[in-house]
Amino acid sequence: MAGAKEIRAQIRSIQSTQKITRAMEMVAASKMRSAQQRMVAARPYAEKIRQVIGHLAHANPEYQHPFMQERELKRAGFIIVSSDRGLCGGLNTNLFRNVLAEMKRLQEQGVELDLCLIGNKAIQFFRRYGGTVVAQTSNLGDAPQLTDLIGTVKVMLDAYREGRIDRLVLCYNNFVNTMTQRPVLEIILPLPANGKVEQTHQWDYLYEPDPASVLELLLGRYVESLVYQSVVENIASEQAARMVAMKAASDNAGTLIDELQLAFNKARQAAITKELAEIVGGAEAV
Amino acid sequence: MAQTMQLDIVSAEKSIFSGAVEFVSARAVHGDVGILPRHAPLLVQLQPGEVRVKMPGGEEEYFYVSGGIMEVQPNIVTVLADTAARAKDLDEAAALEAKARAERALKDRSADIDYAKAQAELAAAMAQLRAIQNLRKNLR
Repeated sequence: MAGAKEIRAQIRSIQSTQKITRAMEMVAASKMRSAQQRMVAARPYAEKIRQVIGHLAHANPEYQHPFMQERELKRAGFIIVSSDRGLCGGLNTNLFRNVLAEMKRLQEQGVELDLCLIGNKAIQFFRRYGGTVVAQTSNLGDAPQLTDLIGTVKVMLDAYREGRIDRLVLCYNNFVNTMTQRPVLEIILPLPANGKVEQTHQWDYLYEPDPASVLELLLGRYVESLVYQSVVENIASEQAARMVAMKAASDNAGTLIDELQLAFNKARQAAITKELAEIVGGAEAV
Repeated sequence: MAQTMQLDIVSAEKSIFSGAVEFVSARAVHGDVGILPRHAPLLVQLQPGEVRVKMPGGEEEYFYVSGGIMEVQPNIVTVLADTAARAKDLDEAAALEAKARAERALKDRSADIDYAKAQAELAAAMAQLRAIQNLRKNLR
């Protein structure tokens, strides 16, 4: 049995760890709330663009933008969104495992891969794993700006437009609720053609300057907003996962302290008993 | 009372304005366009500039957008605004930078792998040490 003094030192060190994890839990909780608000705020834009694109594609069946054409899959692009920091449970690992499985499946079909990485964790992971990284960005902070993503997304959009990649997949953690974050792999290009054709009445927009350039602009903005949305959602997921992980850590520290406290009391009691026995023994000897 | 229509100004990051208005004017690529209620469906590419809005009651409000797209339906107008200044060469520069970052990281690869390797070895050594300590404690 270790001495009472050592146990006390251990208890103290675990207590300070617990203080840190508890503080991190509370910080994550408040950051999660603001990230959720940002998530909600970003939604109307993407929804509105989707409506307009849906209508455009419907009204102009003769005009086919490259982003809407399905091509034979030879090379795929992955945009992988991860967190910048760790200590958030299995959030990133789960996502990467799913991504790796999908990548392996594609590679077995002879499809080559281009990666576009967002966030430090993805950069570290895929650097070791290998793969062609064509663009990367990190340290976006808690309130990312669309401006920070434009360049990264443009690399992939250009690659798609020039036919270097035939599919663009967006990988991120979907924020379901505080307890659940789901890794999602979403094909964003080519745009899924919406099958339902409502032929109630035929109408079309007036365009300025012309349908092609408006559509071009819209589609670019649409993909950007999707990526932005996924980054914001990933941040909310990160904070939620961190909050849960830190809560578990604080709880564990609590049980550990209880156990050690018990051991400490026993050790102290044993020391006192031993001392008493010695005194009694000594008195008898005299 | 004059007719009104619903106007929404949204950017990728947030909703900027939403409400009933009497008149909207924005700067399109070929010049200003003014929209009154019951306008024909229209899709316009906007230039950086002001969106002028006339509220019911005659008040006017101005919003600055740095480009974007305006969608007009007979009773609904939506401005999909860009918040950041967008120009072709600016975008191009950002794209090049993202690429450069990836290439730079590729070059630094050796240093980083060494670091990762060292970290892994350290973790393994620490685990061994802990195991030995536990063993000692139990033996005592």
